[in-house]
Amino acid sequence: MKAFTVLKGVAAPLPVPNIDTDKIIPKQYLKTIQRTGLGQYLFDEIRFTPDRKERPDFVLNKPAYRQASILVAGENFGCGSSREHAPWALLDFGIHCVIAPSYADIFYNNCFKNGILPVIMPKDKVDILMKDAEAGKPLTVDLPRQKVLRDNGEAFSFEIDGFRKHCLVNGLDDIGLTLEHEPDITAFEKQQKGSQSWLYK
Amino acid sequence: MSKPRTMFEKIWDSHVVRKNDDGTCILYIDRHLVHEVTSPQAFEGLRLAGRRMRRPDATLAVADHNVPTADRATGIHDSESLLQVETLTSNCKEFGVTLFDMHDKRQGIVHVIGPEQGMTQPGMTIVCGDSHTSTHGAFGALAFGIGTSEVEHVLATQTLMQKPARNMRITVEGALPLGVTAKDVILAIIGKIGTAGGTGYVVEFAGSVIRGLSMEGRMTVCNMTIEAGARAGLIAPDDTTFNYIKGRPMAPPEKDWDKAVAYWRTLASDPGATYDKEVTLNAADIAPQVTWGTSPETVAPITGYVPDPDKVAEPARKTAMKHALEYMGLAPGTKLTDIRIDKVFIGSCTNGRIEDLRAAAAVAKGRKVAAGVYAMIVPGSGLVKAQAEQEGLDKIFKTAGFDWREPGCSMCLAMNADKLEPGERCAATSNRNFEGRQGRGGRTHLMSPAMAAAAAITGKLTDVRELA
Ligand code: SF4
Repeated sequence: MKAFTVLKGVAAPLPVPNIDTDKIIPKQYLKTIQRTGLGQYLFDEIRFTPDRKERPDFVLNKPAYRQASILVAGENFGCGSSREHAPWALLDFGIHCVIAPSYADIFYNNCFKNGILPVIMPKDKVDILMKDAEAGKPLTVDLPRQKVLRDNGEAFSFEIDGFRKHCLVNGLDDIGLTLEHEPDITAFEKQQKGSQSWLYK
Repeated sequence: MSKPRTMFEKIWDSHVVRKNDDGTCILYIDRHLVHEVTSPQAFEGLRLAGRRMRRPDATLAVADHNVPTADRATGIHDSESLLQVETLTSNCKEFGVTLFDMHDKRQGIVHVIGPEQGMTQPGMTIVCGDSHTSTHGAFGALAFGIGTSEVEHVLATQTLMQKPARNMRITVEGALPLGVTAKDVILAIIGKIGTAGGTGYVVEFAGSVIRGLSMEGRMTVCNMTIEAGARAGLIAPDDTTFNYIKGRPMAPPEKDWDKAVAYWRTLASDPGATYDKEVTLNAADIAPQVTWGTSPETVAPITGYVPDPDKVAEPARKTAMKHALEYMGLAPGTKLTDIRIDKVFIGSCTNGRIEDLRAAAAVAKGRKVAAGVYAMIVPGSGLVKAQAEQEGLDKIFKTAGFDWREPGCSMCLAMNADKLEPGERCAATSNRNFEGRQGRGGRTHLMSPAMAAAAAITGKLTDVRELA
């Protein structure tokens, strides 16, 4: 996994609450057996017409936002289906950071597994960043210092779980970390087998 | 005396393998369900890292999302669906995982077959790369959906890195009025707390109404907990639960049965356990529910009207509502029972079990599907289908003009050939009415099986109580 430290880039505004993962990537693209290549279908139904022409009014189709690496969004972003194809599509498009007042749990979790930083900000701060994004002003997201910097230098702090931050900043793979504790897992299984033998064949 | 604990805390505590200083835990996972859409990249990751799978014996796989619900003998025609299903087959073979393939009579929707096989048991931790894993909470198991990276994590380690959720209790007291079902209860709950109302929580459902529900009804309630944003739903296991599990193929063997039940009886929340949030509903206030918008929280009693965005003060909500009504092709103030439908979908992991089909058949019996309406019944599993046929439900449906299909997810998410055309309106027993969920431009109204059957008969949204 790629490490995430400081990201400066174009921020695309998407001021809509409850963007669900069906909207981020519709089911017809879930038939892939790979993680890559989904960026072309990101936000498919709001980005393209049924005959696959770009809708010029959709933010990521506007010249200023084609290179966006940050997305500023509304409440409860990523609700609905657990599909990890949603963060895969964002990443494949080039979005490495989302800023929103709140997220659905599974999506929030899935972001970290893919090196995407989902920043939680109070609504009034997101509104300000949304305006910046709409004005085409770049944002800087500094994960080590836990700050989002506006173009005028003003900094908004954000909270993040320490362990998740550590993994993201260092690009650490969860599975490798867990396997370091394999003896604990084996001990757990032994104890569980003793008390609840019906759980084992 | 130790501090009273909630059911969630008890199950959590008994599965912690290791706790880090910051509170992150390595949580042991007892059972893992796998399907074809969210697993290929996980198996691939395992292979690339040269890792083995820790417990194939605790894992069950099934192809459900992509499989056709008709003409199964001729195989899968869509080449991408076929590749995904074949990839699941070869992964299961390579790693030694039990698979119910498309031609197995036990095949069905992953959340229907787990309970049906007796794999789902109280006190377990159960995961699946699918948000509706919350269904299994109906048995008093801590069950939640995970992403593909986490699927890989479970394949490799049989654990997950997690932090505990907060506790919420939703109590539904009283007696349900006639014609009001588990689906109406959960839709009413989502309407009350909203699609993000449960975010960060595990929700325990309690109260006389919940205790009075069958296992099928409890599964319907827990299934849609995720639509309220909650991590999982939980219902205390009781004799209804134990009787359901007993004798199923993967249930605890006879020699362990009493010991297992004795353990399961210890799981209910202790008296005096505290919750971070409590919500109460009065059953008598719940009428049959239908959704009118593009999110499960946009729900109203069938006796109501399409709401008016202009009466909403908050700008973001007003805009979202206007947009939803535009997408749904509905005018504010329309009587819900005046809305005409084109299609009916009865099935899914929410309402594709035998009791759901019985409820729909009771309405369909001796009646005909309205002219111009296409209505399909998709049993949740091959065993549900066989049971329904044994009871003669298929004949009732076919005589009434319903299409009787093979089991699978089908038009719940329209990944196979079953889908809505743009602008088509559907009465559905599934769980999501998102834009495009049942097909691009398709319009979904969520409701109970009896209500969906009633809509099929009259050709419009209908209060099933008036058909009695
Ligand atoms: S029936 Fe629908 S909600 Fe349930 S697992 Fe299948 S696609 Fe998901």
